[in-house]
Parts: sequence; structure tokens; C-alpha cells
Amino acid sequence: MPPILEVRDLRVEFPTRRGTLTALDGVSFDIAPGEVLGVVGESGAGKSMTGAAIIGLLEPPGRIAGGQILLSGKRIDNLPYEQMRRIRGREIGAIFQDPLTTLNPLYTVGRQLIETMQTHLPLSDKEARQRAIGWLEMVGIPAAAQRVDSYPHEFSGGMRQRVVISLALCAEPKLIVADEPTTALDVSIQAQIIALLKTLAREKRTAMMLVTHDMGVIAETADRVAVMYAGRIAEIGPVRSVVKSAKHPYSAGLMASIPPLDRKVDHLAGIEGSMPRLSAIPQGCAFNPRCAHVFARCRIERPELLETGSTRAACWLYDPASEKQAPEVMRHV
Amino acid sequence: MASALARAFDSDLWWSFKRSPVTVASALVALVCILGALLAPWIAPHNPFDLATLNLGDAFKPPAWAEDGDPLFGLGTDDQGRDVLSAIMYGARISLLVGVCAVVFSTLVGVAVGLLAGYLGGTADSLLMRIADIQLTFPSILIALLVDGVVRAAVPREVHDQIALFVVIFAIGISAWPQFARTVRGSTLVERNKEYVLAARIIGISQVRIMLTHVLPNVIGPVLVIATLNLGFAILAEATLSFLGVGVPPTQPSLGTLIRIGNDFLFSGEWWITIFPGIALICMVLSVNLLGDWLRDALNPRLR
Amino acid sequence: MFAFILSRILQAIPVMLVVALISFAMFAYVGDPVSIMLGQDFTEAQRTQLIKDLGLDQSFLMQFSTFIGNAAQGEFGLSYRLSRPVAQLIGERAPATLELAICAASIALVVGVAMGVYTGLYRNSWLSRAFLTFSLVGVSLPPFLIGILLILIFSVWLGWLPSFGRGEVVQFGWWSTGFLTWSGLKALILPAITLGLFQLTLIMRLVRSEMLEVLRTDYIKFARARGLGNRAINFGHALKNTLVPVITIAGLQLGGIIAFAIVTETVFQWPGMGLLFIQSVGAADIPVMAAYLMLIALVFVGINLVVDLLYFLVDPRLRVGRGAAGGH
Repeated sequence: MPPILEVRDLRVEFPTRRGTLTALDGVSFDIAPGEVLGVVGESGAGKSMTGAAIIGLLEPPGRIAGGQILLSGKRIDNLPYEQMRRIRGREIGAIFQDPLTTLNPLYTVGRQLIETMQTHLPLSDKEARQRAIGWLEMVGIPAAAQRVDSYPHEFSGGMRQRVVISLALCAEPKLIVADEPTTALDVSIQAQIIALLKTLAREKRTAMMLVTHDMGVIAETADRVAVMYAGRIAEIGPVRSVVKSAKHPYSAGLMASIPPLDRKVDHLAGIEGSMPRLSAIPQGCAFNPRCAHVFARCRIERPELLETGSTRAACWLYDPASEKQAPEVMRHV
Repeated sequence: MASALARAFDSDLWWSFKRSPVTVASALVALVCILGALLAPWIAPHNPFDLATLNLGDAFKPPAWAEDGDPLFGLGTDDQGRDVLSAIMYGARISLLVGVCAVVFSTLVGVAVGLLAGYLGGTADSLLMRIADIQLTFPSILIALLVDGVVRAAVPREVHDQIALFVVIFAIGISAWPQFARTVRGSTLVERNKEYVLAARIIGISQVRIMLTHVLPNVIGPVLVIATLNLGFAILAEATLSFLGVGVPPTQPSLGTLIRIGNDFLFSGEWWITIFPGIALICMVLSVNLLGDWLRDALNPRLR
Repeated sequence: MFAFILSRILQAIPVMLVVALISFAMFAYVGDPVSIMLGQDFTEAQRTQLIKDLGLDQSFLMQFSTFIGNAAQGEFGLSYRLSRPVAQLIGERAPATLELAICAASIALVVGVAMGVYTGLYRNSWLSRAFLTFSLVGVSLPPFLIGILLILIFSVWLGWLPSFGRGEVVQFGWWSTGFLTWSGLKALILPAITLGLFQLTLIMRLVRSEMLEVLRTDYIKFARARGLGNRAINFGHALKNTLVPVITIAGLQLGGIIAFAIVTETVFQWPGMGLLFIQSVGAADIPVMAAYLMLIALVFVGINLVVDLLYFLVDPRLRVGRGAAGGH
């Protein structure tokens, strides 16, 4: 089946007073219909930026400086505002992080649902209202027929995120970009929201790009996962392979920092140092200053995504040509 | 406090100053206005208060570039034969004096009240802030007018003429203190609960000293901004009061007084008597306001 | 709703009492009303009689409550300057000020909000920059100078519009209106612009900054992400949220118009309450000043009440009890 979303070599730049910053560089991945792609990484790695670029809502002065984004095989990164607007909500839905601030406080949730549906679908007021109630029921809002006329502040945080999900889904898009949909919620609510997203995505055959820094959420929900570091994809592959046997030293470190549930540990492995600022990304592999396996080539040449078997990783360790060069420090490979 | 000022005027501020041509221009205009006003007795072409040099024959001369202008009187003369340019320079002196004094006065009152309210908290705080709230409900020009009117009624006319300048300063100053008090109170509340203040209290430093040495330096930045923005307001308020005829005494005409006097001759065609003082007033206030705007943005972009 | 209005009215009472106290203190303690009212020649008996008539021999509380009782009935005694009942003087001049204030407020609101929305939406267009520069000049120009400049241009040089007075007025009972005659309308133009300009620039700057603030919020981004049209986002979602803070400040600003009318009325010799007030300040005519102060306080309290009600209508968060608001 052809992918619903293809991102090809995406590059996003921010012109600033002190020169142009490259926030995303050479990001490529695709998402198949009905597939959930998890995107993980530290804050500032470019996860949310990728989502914003796909829905065409990069914060100015940020701009797409290279590459392509294709939705169902058609380019959408260069569409005029009005055409892109018709795609937003209709073909790509979005879920934001904080449900307390994503809903307009002055309109009832019903009105916000109805206006979204009527923007994209030819519905009468009555039909739209019926559907709005239906959507609220579907996302698990009790007494939806009455709650449809409530204002956002009359819902709890978890319920509001359910409303946000219904708003993202109500025009039946083929793809959902969910940016940290559970981060702002209580831990007890997070699981419910994830379960809801998962169920709805499966029922509606909606593909999803799930941006989060929570590996637990990814392991639970995603089919495949992309690990991002300093505006680039470090590794991408099936979720099982990445979690169990990450190939890139960064993703390996990231996975090692997840506390296991089945046994007690005294110490969690961390990664020394911190992610470079966008203005000071080192030459070669961006991870090289923190990498335990660094060797000369890593400091000069930037690695592309290379086949490693189960996943693809941007790491010279997996280039057959590198084998002649011995890593400076060999701990385990 | 010196260190706080030094911190405020570090290189960032200077850099943002040089980068903004409007700011540099308004600083120049402000400088010209202030120097012209301060040095009026020495650099003004005539002394408008020296009756000996006044000649009624010189009355109503249009500006020098007009058809029957006199090069002696660059901006023309008024009904008494006074040189308009000199009158403006002397008038700006009074305007500036009243403006600066009023701002200093309201700053002192406002900062003191704000520190007290923020530091003491409780009933004192709510009482002081309630008063500030009630006063803020009314336009300050109305407050200033009322204060002026009450003083006028309370003291005999001869006494009033003598103290009129102080009355105006007091009236304008008292109408602007709540703004300072509110800002200072807010910052004080934040500072008061910080650990270093707590520590200072525990080691037994007196309350007054804590306020002056620890809390005050931290609130000085916003106060400086409000004071600058208020200088423009105070000059305008004085001009308005004087224009309404209840401001400074006619023996010490400010820009507002000159505009009021000139206004009577607008219809007979002698527009310069009122328009030039008006332009001077606008230049002064606009440049001060622009400087204040810049200072606000430069010190704290989020401060409104 | 009713409880809400009632609580607001109750909150306004202390403010009115404080203002009344100040007015009363001016009345009773500033200057010497007795000698002012008696003039030059009087006997001791006349003096005692007047003190008794004015109630000045009674206790403070008695005097104050009498004052409030009288004030509530619009009774403020005689003007020192004109020896006529203050209520009558103010009543004669109120229509002129109110008509002027209504026109100025309408100009300020309509034009100010429109310009604010425009400059907020099209931040970088040259027209926005022009509006902003204009607003800065508007804030720095004192109203009396604006008036003088307008008179110079439109009355003296062009001769299009009258420079003073109300023109012909039509009398409806005690209300006199300039709205119904051509000359009355023409006379309104310059004063209304003068009075409204300052508030206009303030409202414009306020709407602009609020608009910019709101356009940055998550719910506007989310509205874009839902694919809503620009019109719906800008005028439905953004403008309505902008209204909440704008209503408060604009409300207070409009109250300011009544007070600033003092200056405008002086420039244009507009026969309203402001002109009466400034003449009274000059002549230390305390009863008129006290009455005017009370009246202005009443206007402000009224405007605050209207502002609160508008809030109530615009923002649903205020309509429910506080308890329901925060259920996380």
C-alpha cells in the first residue's frame, strides 16, 4: 500500500539576528495508512517542529527551506495558504499538548465541533449538531447530548483532551499529528487518552504521527518509532526492534534510561552531556561529543540513515566502509 | 543602588539605543528642549520679562520669514511685543521645572507607599491599595483640577498666587502616585518572599534597611520607566491646567499659559503666538514619550 | 445574574461614600462658606441664622448624613459664584456634555477598534505603521492643542466649521439637543473629534496589543490546525477573546471622556458641565465642584457596572459559580 505521508529530506530554517539556524535537517520518513509512527527525542530535538511543518503551521520566521512533504502522493509543502487550509482538519488532524489552552474558552465545545465540520463537510446545522454529539459520545464524554452545550472550562483536563481529539477527528482526516497529547495530563488520565487514541485510530483506519518524549507511550501505542536528535533522525524502525535492540548509540542510551517495570534497579543509565544548541551543532555526526563509540569519521562526515538489519540508523558503525577504522573506544559493539 | 543603575545602563541598553534611529532622534530633540529651557536666561535672544526692553510697537510681528517679519524676532512677537522664541524658552523652563518636580514628588510618594504596602501586607496593604484603586478610577487631570480648586478655596488669593507653582506640582504629583505604588508593591511582594530577604530578617537587619538596601534596588528599573513615561504626562498636565487658567501664575507663564494667551489671537490671524509654543510642547512631550517607550522595551519587553 | 448585579452595586457603595465624604469635607471645611455667602455687610444675627440654616452647628455625623440625604435628591445648595441652585446649573448644561461625550465615544470606539484590529492582523503593512505613528502622536498631543489646530485649519483657514458654541439647539422639555439642526451638527464635529481622538488612539493600541496576544495563543493555533477560514479565526475566535480585556479598559477610557470634556469644552466654549466646572475651580465655587465630583463618581460607578455586565455576557467562565470552574 502506498504511504499516506512521505517526508523527503525535510529541512527547516530559522533566520535570526545571529544567522540562520537549521532546526530540521534531512528528515525523511513515511507513514502507511493506519500506521502509528512514534517520534521520540529530547525537547528541542525537532519532534514538534516536524509535526508543525507537516500541518503547514511553522511559527514564523521558521520556514521549509528544502525537501518535500507528500500527502497521498501529492506535494503539500508548497501549497498556497488557502489550499493548505482545506487540507488541515480535513485530511490532517492535529492534537496539541495542553488541552487547557487549546480550546477557545468563549465558545461551547459543540459550536467548535460544528464549525470545524461545516468548514470541511457539507452538513446542515442539524446534521452537524447530531454528529457533534455522536463524536463526543465516541470519545467517551458522558451525557454528550447535554455536554455539547458546555463551555471548555466546565470540563476536566482529561475530558478536554477528549474534546480536542474529537475536534481533530471530526472531519475524518486520514492522518493525525498528535504533539505530546498526554504530557500535560495526570498520569492516571494518560493511559485512558492513549487507549482512546489507539482505539479510534484503529477503528477509523487513521494513520498517526505521535510525538512524545515518553517511551512508555511509544512502546504501548506505536507500530514504528523514529528517534530524533538535534534536528535529525538518528534511528527509525519497528518499535519492538528499537526498544529491545537499538542500533544507534543515542537511541540505545535513550532506551537504557527507561526504568524497567519487571525488576528493581539501583541505577539508571543516562547519557553524559546534553544535546547541542541549534547554533552549535558539531560537524559530522551531531551526537559525536557524547558518543561512547566515536571515531575519526564521526567528527568529519555526517552519517545518513543506514540499514542495520531490523532498523535504519544514522551511524557510521553500520557502514561497511568504516570497518577498517577502529573506534577509539570499544566498549561493546 | 548605584550598582543597580550601573546594571541597568550596561552595554545592552546602549546597544539598543544606538540601533534605534527614532530613539536617538528623540534623545536629540529632548536634549535641545532641555538645554534651551535650562539656559534660557543666557541664550534667549530677548528677556520677555524685562519690561524696559518691551516695545508695544513691536507687537504682533509675524515670524521672520513672513512678509513683514522682523529678523530680530525669529518666531514673531505677541500682543505685548514679546519675542515668541524667548517666551517659549522661558516657558519651557517653567514647564520642565513643574514636570520634573511633580514626577519626583509622585515617585517618592508612590515608591514609599508601594514599599510599605508590599512589605507590611495585611490591613495596611489593602487599605493603601484600595485608596490607589479608587483614585485610579478617576482621570488624573480631574484629580489635579480638584486639588487645585480646593487649595484655591482654602487659601486667600494673595497667598495662592505666591504658592501657585507648588500647588500645581502637588496637584499633578498627587494625581500620579498610584501607578508607582502599584508597580512597586507588586515587585516588593515578589522580593519580600525571596530567601535573601528572609535571611536578612533572621540575622536581625532592620525592616527599613532591608527595604532600602535589598528590596528597593530590585524595583528601581520599572520605576525608572514609569517615571520617564510620567514626565511626558506631567508636562502635559501642567500645560493643560495652565491652558485652563488654573495652573501656574500668569507672572511665570509656562508653555500652556502661552498657548492660552495666544489662543485669543487665533482668529485675528496671529496664529504664531499660539502655534509655536504648541509645537515646542509637542516636541518636548513626544521626545520624552518616545524615550520612555524605548526604555520600557529595552529594560523589559514584557512590561506594559 | 441578579445576585451578581446586586453584589456589584454593594461594592460600589463604599466608593461612593468615600467620594461623598471628600465632597462633604470640601463643602464644610474648605474656605468659609458663611462669609462667602453673607458678602460684605451682615449682622451677627444674620450670621447665626445662616449657620443654623446651613446646619453648621450640628455634629459631623449629622451634617454628613444631611449632606448625603440632600445629595441623593440632587440637592447641593447654591453656587457661590452664580447664586443659583447647583442642581439647576448642572441640569442645564448636562445635555450639551452628554451629546458631545456620546459622539466622541462612538468615534473612539468604532474607529479605534477597527484600526486596532487592522494593525493587529496586518502588523507589517505600511498602513499599520502609519496608524501606529499616528497613535503615538495622538497620545502625545494634548487635547487642547488638537482642538486649537483643528480650529486653525477648519475654522480660521478653511472656514468650514464653527469654532465655538453648540449652534442652534432644539428644546425638548429640559433637554436641549443639537442633533436636529444643521448648525448644531456642524458645531459638534470639531469638539467630538478633539475629545475622541485621545481615547481613539488608546483603544486602538489596546486592541492591537490584545489582538497580537490572542493570535499567539494555542486555541488560535488549534483553530488554524482545524482548517478554519481566516475570517472565522480573526473575527470569530480572536476578536471575541480580545474583547474581554478591551471592554474593561475601554469602559474606563470612555468614562474619562466625561472628565476630559472639561478641556474640550474650554477650547470650544461648549456650554456644558465641564466649562461650568472649570469656571467653578477658577472661582473656588465649592458647591459646584462638590456636586460635579459626585456626578462624575456616579458616572464611573455606572460605567463599571455596565462593564461588569458586558463581561458577564462575553465570558462564559464568569457565568458559572467559581466551584465548577476548576475541575481538573
